[in-house]
Amino acid sequence: MSEGSPIFRLEGVSKLFPGVKALDQVNLNLYPGKVTALIGENGAGKSTLVKTMTGIYQPDGGDIIFDGQSTRFSSPQDSHKLGITAIHQETVLFDNLSVAENVFLGNYPRKHGVFVDWQAMFDNAQEILISINADIDPKANLGGLSIGQKHMVAIARALSIDAKVVVLDEPTAALSHHEIQELYELVDQLKSEGKAILFITHKFDEIFRIADYYTVFRDGRYIGEGKIKDTNEAALVEMMVARSIEDTYPKLEAEIGDVVLDVTSLSHPTEFTDINLTLRKGEILGIYGLVGSGRTEAMQALFGASYNVSGQIRIDGEVVSINSPAEAIQYGIVYVPEERQKQGIVLELPIYQNISLPQLPSLSKRASVDLDDELTLARRFGERLQVKTSSWNEQVGNLSGGNQQKVVIAKWLATNPKVIILDEPTKGIDIGSKAAVHTFMSELVQLGLSVIMVSSELPEVLGMSDRIMVMSEGRLVGELGREDATPEQVVTLATGGVVS
Amino acid sequence: MTTNTITKKSRVPDFLPVGKLNKFVRWESFLVIILFGVCVLNSFLSPYFLDPWNLSDATFNFTEKALIALPMALLIIAREIDISVAAIIALSSTIMGLIAAQGAPLYLVVVTGVIVGGMCGLCNGLLVTRFNIPSIVVTIGTMSLFRGISYIILGDEVLKDYPDGFDFLGQGYVYWVVSFEFLTFIVFALVFYWLLHKSIFGRRTFAIGNNPDAAYYSGISVNRHKLILFVLVGLMSGVAAVLLTSRLGSTRPSIAMGWELSIITMVVLGGVSILGGSGTIGGVVLAVILMGMVTFGMGLVNIPGIVMTIIVGLMLMFVVSLPVLISMYKAKRQR
Amino acid sequence: MKQFLTNSREGFLALVVVVMFFAIGLIAKNFVTISNAVSIFNDTSILIILALGQMLVIITRCIDLSVAANVAFTGMLVAMTNNAYPELSVVVLIALALGVGALLGAINGVFVWLLKVPSIVITLGTMSVYRGMTFLISDGNWINSHQMSEAFIDFPRALVFGMPVLGWLAIIFILAAYLLLRFSEWGRNFYSAGGNPTAAFYSGVNVGKVQFYSFLVSGTLSGLCGYLWVSRFAVAYVDVANGFELQVVAACVIGGVSILGGLGSVFGVVMGALFIGVVNNALPVIGVSPFWQMAISGAVIIAAVIANSRSGKNKGRIILRDRSQAQPPVAAK
Repeated sequence: MSEGSPIFRLEGVSKLFPGVKALDQVNLNLYPGKVTALIGENGAGKSTLVKTMTGIYQPDGGDIIFDGQSTRFSSPQDSHKLGITAIHQETVLFDNLSVAENVFLGNYPRKHGVFVDWQAMFDNAQEILISINADIDPKANLGGLSIGQKHMVAIARALSIDAKVVVLDEPTAALSHHEIQELYELVDQLKSEGKAILFITHKFDEIFRIADYYTVFRDGRYIGEGKIKDTNEAALVEMMVARSIEDTYPKLEAEIGDVVLDVTSLSHPTEFTDINLTLRKGEILGIYGLVGSGRTEAMQALFGASYNVSGQIRIDGEVVSINSPAEAIQYGIVYVPEERQKQGIVLELPIYQNISLPQLPSLSKRASVDLDDELTLARRFGERLQVKTSSWNEQVGNLSGGNQQKVVIAKWLATNPKVIILDEPTKGIDIGSKAAVHTFMSELVQLGLSVIMVSSELPEVLGMSDRIMVMSEGRLVGELGREDATPEQVVTLATGGVVS
Repeated sequence: MTTNTITKKSRVPDFLPVGKLNKFVRWESFLVIILFGVCVLNSFLSPYFLDPWNLSDATFNFTEKALIALPMALLIIAREIDISVAAIIALSSTIMGLIAAQGAPLYLVVVTGVIVGGMCGLCNGLLVTRFNIPSIVVTIGTMSLFRGISYIILGDEVLKDYPDGFDFLGQGYVYWVVSFEFLTFIVFALVFYWLLHKSIFGRRTFAIGNNPDAAYYSGISVNRHKLILFVLVGLMSGVAAVLLTSRLGSTRPSIAMGWELSIITMVVLGGVSILGGSGTIGGVVLAVILMGMVTFGMGLVNIPGIVMTIIVGLMLMFVVSLPVLISMYKAKRQR
Repeated sequence: MKQFLTNSREGFLALVVVVMFFAIGLIAKNFVTISNAVSIFNDTSILIILALGQMLVIITRCIDLSVAANVAFTGMLVAMTNNAYPELSVVVLIALALGVGALLGAINGVFVWLLKVPSIVITLGTMSVYRGMTFLISDGNWINSHQMSEAFIDFPRALVFGMPVLGWLAIIFILAAYLLLRFSEWGRNFYSAGGNPTAAFYSGVNVGKVQFYSFLVSGTLSGLCGYLWVSRFAVAYVDVANGFELQVVAACVIGGVSILGGLGSVFGVVMGALFIGVVNNALPVIGVSPFWQMAISGAVIIAAVIANSRSGKNKGRIILRDRSQAQPPVAAK
């Protein structure tokens, strides 16, 4: 690497969580005035890496080298002091505080050494916000801003210290096309100021637009690095997934029958508008969209889990009104949520109790739960999904992510549904379980179920769906058949572009 | 990987043969040991302790509280709390006194007492579920409101006129030394045991307490469930009000002042996690009896009741810190 | 100014307090006088001081139910010390009250910080323990005014510019609280730790330690109020300030401190306390039995939290942005 020596390096850094090796001896080099793209699928360990770099997690092994010196961060404050700053994927800001204070928290401008100098804080915040072209009042309460504006505040915060290393963790995920262009300009500006930038993403267009170097992770391991100009997309994909798309997606032919679900002009005041879709028996409908495109919100509305939704839902031709998950389950619609541990399962309860939860009334006599019936049910569906466990009484929290996901699917399958909605079904689970979930999806539709799969993983959407619908900014912006969908088309639609 | 699982069609057992010692079972046995120790100590302290009539007398000082501790355990498991229970007793007792003074018959007095309790619970529940306000704030407010209404109605008056037979409820004996109060407690303990550990309702309570979101997404009407729990707590406070009023034979607005603390202590001491999600009725019953026996023993050696509040307070602090201390100790040993 | 009064909760509350004060003046003669206003403020001083401490605790997502028991214990201890050593200066006694109060508060804080025990449980426990300890040290006896030294009783009553020292103390604490919460990093940390603990941790704020400080402050102020209480009422006994913790919490809730943490202002809390103070003072004047007091404060707490929850609901998430900048969506086929 002729461009001088890296200012920030990781050497053989590992991070363990109970049962998971989130980072396994990874390396990373960041150069001043250059953008390094960190590329990897979901679950590759990117977010863990950011938290290790910024002192939120302490590594279990390996070296963090800053400016040639080996360092240890015992708190976020330590890395902050060295000028390492990150814009995290989830906004970690304070809704109740002013914009200016969000920018300077932990690093207040002082008057007479002790007092917080509010005037200076407002002025400096204004200056930084103007420098990044964000038209936001520094005195406003953060809680009233839009997601995009909050994002700009997060960026302003990162720039409020004299940063040497700036980490952007999937910064464009929730931004509109226009905002993304502004962000690129900002990154170019930071580059020219000599800051080392780590840009985390899994969108290839971004990588080739702004990055100088790349580093690839896969399943928590370091795979390789190099200069962007010496590589191409195919090579990067190869490193990212180590396999070609076709042989991982076991899509089997299923007989497609009548329309099961027919949704017309499903709308929500703020999250999505005018969603129209039909789903046939035996069909897998893929819905692709970026974070914030309203895809999850729309699916939760179908499942009855949100308020103020208007529109019409027909099941088998009959108009139904779904106001709660309980009603959705009765009509045969079930939902495997993206936030598995928050919404999908009760970690503290045993497997069999998780599987029986939605249909306790049918398993009980005079309001008492029948343990035998319950266990029979759990065994039947748990075995069908090949949940790996030592006992059906094991706490779900002790299972791996993949097996937890299988328990969620088993729970819903046991209710004998017509439509199963899978929201990011393979997010954060290992490759083995991923394949099992995909295989199982194929089997489900062969049995006559219908599947809606929401995903932001392109290969998954392209590999598994009969039809693909693309969502952007709360609207369905296009529909593509399995045969004519290409990655480029889907991405262009999702980022607000037009397909010719 | 996949071939492995197909060939190895070993059946997964329903339960592990050597059950890992469940921590709540351990907690209950710990309570049993302490209870045994307290009883032995008490019988040394006083030769009168083991007299059945004395023991029966001792039950009076905790049964009314224990009746509320039962539904409170369910409520806390479901991640809510009700600190207005003592105020509910006051309001319910006041209304009973009023209609009794108007000459209402026995059954009407009792039913009114219970229903007033239920209405108060409904009020709490609606405020919590409709407006999405933390139950601690709601019940701090209703605590003042309910008792305040008693004060408005009664001021510094005392009501003493009750229909014939009313005194039996809080003072009478059903068979030999078994008082009506204690029998009521036993019956309700069994009912709540079934409700929490055997019924669908209990299953849902645990699911909500461990993960309200997942429970909702599994088709459980979380708000309705919580509402029912608040009403249950209210109804049982009404039952306690009937028994307490009958036992005291009078009502004043300051009745049952400060009871919410001992009730919550009973529940937490019984092994119910204050953060929700776990607990057993067995543990609560043991804790109730343990606290009753300690109070009784201290009465035997003439220790003033307020010392008991210190002990109860210390026990509460110790019990909630214990899990953390244990995990800290374990973490240290692992290093 | 008009916008402040109608748009912010605190401003609205201030308006209500003032309107209420004058409305009562319409019914009761001689209510609206400067001296009566001063006297109401003076009567409310202890509530204000305690509510300021409680506000810090609630902002950091905790609650301190032991304040009244702390008042009783410290008050008793100070009164007994005064009784035993009448020559001891009041300054020493106040220092003792502050120190003992701080210690009791620190006990709560340590449990919350280091043992991560929910504050409601720990302060429920210490509430009984501190109250019980009051009984133990006093043996259930009362300390009456004739057992207290003159200086001990006179200090909070001494008039300075027409207002007793007690009232001035409240003003000093109000100003100090405002300055600390507004202009010191230490003070700002209460808001960040309570508003979003994860983000606070990411920004290098030790959330547990901040919670500890809040209990320390609340305890210290309770200790001081212990002295003020027994000296003002010239009597110390076990049941001093029994149940007062609820009024303190009520003052905070009415004043707009969010029980979910991160929100609350000094001005709001003072107004919340004054609201209670005006109601308490007005009831006997307008001929309503003081027995109404409890129900009114209960109803007001409920009304206040409902109003809070309403105002929180209106702010919906805005994900859909101005679409004029994005290209029009076109279906592709």
